[in-house]
Amino acid sequence: MKWNGWGYSDSRFLFNKKGQAEFTGKRYRLSGMIIPGLKDWMEGTFGANLQHKTQPVLNTSAVQPPMLNEAFVEELKSTGIPFSHEADDRVFRAHGHCLHEIFALRDGKIGRVPDMVVWPNCHNDVVKIVELACKHNVCLIPYGGGTSVSSALECPPEETRSIVSLDTSQMNRILWIDEKNLTAHVESGIVGQDLERLLNESGYCTGHEPDSMEFSSLGGWVATRASGMKKNIYGNIEDLVVHIKMVTPRGVIEKSCQGPRMSTGPDIHHFILGSEGLLTAIIKILYLRDHEKYSESLIDMQKLYHGLSSIFTSFLDGLKKFYITKFKGFDPNRLCVATLLFEGAREKVLQHEKQVYDIAAKFGGLAAGEDNGQRGYMLTFVIAYLRDLGMDYYVIGESFETSVPWDRVLDICRNVKARIIRECKDKGVQFPPLSTCRVTQTYDAGACVYFYFAFNYRGLSDPVHVYEQVEHAAREEILANGGSLSHHHGGTTS
Amino acid sequence: LVLDKVRLQDEEEFVDILEDKRHCNDLRFAFRTFSPPPYKGAPACSSAELNQAVLESQYLRYVIKEVALETESSVEEVRDKVCKIMWEMSQNLQLRFIRLMAFTFRKVFKRLFSAIYVNMEGLQALQQATQEFPVILMPNHRSYIDFLVVSYILFNYDIPVPVIAAGIPLAGMKIVGEILRRSGAFFIRRAIGSDKLYWAVLSEYVRTIVRTGFAPLEFFVEGLRSRTLKSLPPKLGMMNMILEPFFKGEVYDITLLPISISYDRVLEESLLAHELLGVPKPRESTAGLLKASKVLQENYGCMHVNFGRPLSVRQLCEGKINRCQYNLIPRDLPQKPNAEAQACGSWLAHMIVRLQEEGALTSPWSLMACILLQVPTTVLTEEGLLFHQLTEQTLWLRQLALDFRAHLSWPDSDVMSSTVALHRSVVYRKAGRVYLTRNDELERKHSIVPEDDMMRTAAAFLMLASYRNQCLHVFVRPALLALAMSIRKSTRKDELLTCFCFLQEVFSNEFVFIPGKSSQDFDEACSLLHECKAVHVSQWEVTDSDTGLEVLSFLQELLKPFIESYQLMFRFLCEERDCVFREKDFLSGVRTLATKLIVSGELHTYEALSSDMQKNVLSSLRSLENVKMCENASFCLINFYKTDTNVRYSNYFNKELRIFFNQHYQFSVIL
Repeated sequence: MKWNGWGYSDSRFLFNKKGQAEFTGKRYRLSGMIIPGLKDWMEGTFGANLQHKTQPVLNTSAVQPPMLNEAFVEELKSTGIPFSHEADDRVFRAHGHCLHEIFALRDGKIGRVPDMVVWPNCHNDVVKIVELACKHNVCLIPYGGGTSVSSALECPPEETRSIVSLDTSQMNRILWIDEKNLTAHVESGIVGQDLERLLNESGYCTGHEPDSMEFSSLGGWVATRASGMKKNIYGNIEDLVVHIKMVTPRGVIEKSCQGPRMSTGPDIHHFILGSEGLLTAIIKILYLRDHEKYSESLIDMQKLYHGLSSIFTSFLDGLKKFYITKFKGFDPNRLCVATLLFEGAREKVLQHEKQVYDIAAKFGGLAAGEDNGQRGYMLTFVIAYLRDLGMDYYVIGESFETSVPWDRVLDICRNVKARIIRECKDKGVQFPPLSTCRVTQTYDAGACVYFYFAFNYRGLSDPVHVYEQVEHAAREEILANGGSLSHHHGGTTS
Repeated sequence: LVLDKVRLQDEEEFVDILEDKRHCNDLRFAFRTFSPPPYKGAPACSSAELNQAVLESQYLRYVIKEVALETESSVEEVRDKVCKIMWEMSQNLQLRFIRLMAFTFRKVFKRLFSAIYVNMEGLQALQQATQEFPVILMPNHRSYIDFLVVSYILFNYDIPVPVIAAGIPLAGMKIVGEILRRSGAFFIRRAIGSDKLYWAVLSEYVRTIVRTGFAPLEFFVEGLRSRTLKSLPPKLGMMNMILEPFFKGEVYDITLLPISISYDRVLEESLLAHELLGVPKPRESTAGLLKASKVLQENYGCMHVNFGRPLSVRQLCEGKINRCQYNLIPRDLPQKPNAEAQACGSWLAHMIVRLQEEGALTSPWSLMACILLQVPTTVLTEEGLLFHQLTEQTLWLRQLALDFRAHLSWPDSDVMSSTVALHRSVVYRKAGRVYLTRNDELERKHSIVPEDDMMRTAAAFLMLASYRNQCLHVFVRPALLALAMSIRKSTRKDELLTCFCFLQEVFSNEFVFIPGKSSQDFDEACSLLHECKAVHVSQWEVTDSDTGLEVLSFLQELLKPFIESYQLMFRFLCEERDCVFREKDFLSGVRTLATKLIVSGELHTYEALSSDMQKNVLSSLRSLENVKMCENASFCLINFYKTDTNVRYSNYFNKELRIFFNQHYQFSVIL
């Protein structure tokens, strides 16, 4: 895993010696492939020049020495729970993936980091650690996958007490599967892809697939009220969780049964879901589904949006590209792509497919085939790597999301994109920014809209500050247009 | 202050759009290729599609159901009504008719005007703006010519031609109404009152135009043609409709564009003067238009069309509107603008009027009118005013106007003679002296009685007053301060400010001020008078300087006709035995009294005869709560509170009114 960027150390975008964009490693379908359109897109969209490359500075010796609470350490030793105060362990757990966090790391700036990391192995370990922390007045910051984008992992610089990072990565087991009730008891540290793989081995799945599922943990999903790409079939995290056991400084909270619904006052789960790591480690039981998959996808084109779609066309194979752009007359810069995943029993999938294709045909869209759909789906996992490539070339960016009633979706998209462009201009960004969006989740009463915003920051003295100002303005615009502050990323610092 | 930022930076370059085209063929001009850059916000749509969108809107469907329920009629019946309203209202913009209009106008304009000056920078900014966001063109309204001149200019410069909000009487004109409709006019009834269905259709129609960016929308924020050539207090209904799509996030931004149209000589000058004197306005009809064609024989000098800088509603409303309030009710449901939105609309509308005033070009004739009105009546009617005296004083006033940051149109040194010649309908020059022209045809038809002679003079004076009004906005703030200084006989700033505010309030229907900005207006007045060295301004005091007497007394004299007219009407109200009047009786009573006093030489201004002034007094007293108006069947009752015992005595403004009249004018009024 990278310490100052997204994902696996071996997987990254780079421009090879021939100047072509390439995705390294072997993990993804895209790995080892040349992406022909990416270079032009980067240069065209951001004015990024491959000559201008920033060099990430690697300097872990700048880390402050740990501030240890000796009594706490002594008692912890006696419990036998493993811990460390090595500099790299601490730096690794001092940040999430907010732009300002990554930007500072690449710049070699390391602020306040945890003084110590502990690795509990089970629920009881967590109980012990929390008890000791209370007793010795030590701060705990729970750490799961480290993919937070709400600054929840940031150590407050003014904190004088010893900060301990509670890493749940060792609590990654499925304790049992209840095949009669289709539930499983899972520890909070399990990472999304492991959970899904292990369940698949038994013929089940949860169907929860956020973009970060390779790295984010179950505990984190609960703490942020996560939502995944397959939510229309399986539901959001709050629909999947049946039971939660949470350790707090004042004791363990859990419901007394595993009934699917209760009406004895407000649901205690709703205090826990989305609590943003204010509370501690969580162990939970999830609702499971039979694992039967049949997928195909569709590309629906309306001449509405562009942006990422031009990358999409660069993936299209020659003949198909010719068919779409020349024969059907779609402008690759103005086509709109919808990647849909159909999942479930065969008859149901076929039925859904037909419904959707009929709607698409009505509005002049066409299906682009399963292959393209799978690439599109995979792209959502790889997008996060793109930011690191951008940062190599003076481009910074991030995504943020909102949920909004249907009748406002088009208005909010237009207004927020326009506001971003306007604000960038006002704040002295010298190149036109990337300002685009897509609908990622749908509900009966509205949709979730993802905004992508990035710009070339050459010539700016404090790009992160500019970025934050623009993002703040964009969020203000979202609120003014009837959107929510966040759909699933969690509350932010802004 | 936002206002400062959007003010014209420098004197701009004006281009005569008739000049280069005067020699080119009219027909070829009309058939020129017209290719405005397209609007980026939304795909283009036709007038029929626009109407369809309005008819099918969720909003109208909702209101139709509601009205059907209230009036106990069927939804279909109400829908039919809506269709009828739409049929009556909607425009049908067609390029063919724009060409026809351009062809006719070119012919007419070339005959009427020696030049039509347009600022190119403004046009360029406008062309840019029409591509980005919906544009609202907001010209001032002084003449029927205003109506299509903007479309003509835009057609000339490849800018999308606007749809224009017009009064319904124009639609009634045979053929002409249809031509206007196809040139982009849509027609609004005058007295809509509480007709819920009509409001709904109109507002949805306007909002849809803004939402779709169908075409720039042109409307006169003053509501109607100003009979006195003075700015009118803005009407807010249309303004609020236009702002709503922005408040609700349906468009990213809206561009407001103030346009100042200034005439050297207004086509309707004599018609307006007679209308003010109570001769009813002829109904708009095609026959009337043809009859008026003799008006086309004359020369009307130059016309200036000054396109202001595009204003972003988004920027202007920042911090003034919490748009989140629109999130909790579906946007398609009717929702009255709340106090915040209304205040914002009112502020914007007033600001546009102010910007129109600032963009207006002051003509030499307008300054001359100021001078001529300060000359005793008999000099103008009998002895005549020495021409060189007039030019000297006008040049002095020119400097003052420049000091007060007026934009002047002052082509050359010979302009004075040519101006007097141009306005021979008002004054004429004989043997080095200037006399008032008093041979109006309209009056000759009537038999000659002593009052008729007076009416002839009055018409000429009211024309003069109208031309003076064209530049009144330049002087009004310093003049009110000068007046406050003479009323209060005080030098203390706080006392002067109170009096200044009071005067603003009394004359709120005469002069347009942005609400709630009195102290800025006061500061502006102080600094302008200070800059021209008429007063010394310190932190607490404003004192007149030795050199400033000429300026101060000129300014006081400038407002004197207003003071005297108001005073006359207050006197009339006080002397009347009855406390209850019909508005009609009040108007004729005041007219009789004024005529009597003018003939006897007691009253020196003819402006008290102006029906506009009379109505303004009533509105002013009503807003000061001295007069109450009851809508009762077909007439209005007016109460004028006369006694001290009235609870309103403690009212601050009443006290001010007493001071105003007791100190400054030598007769007392019991209020």
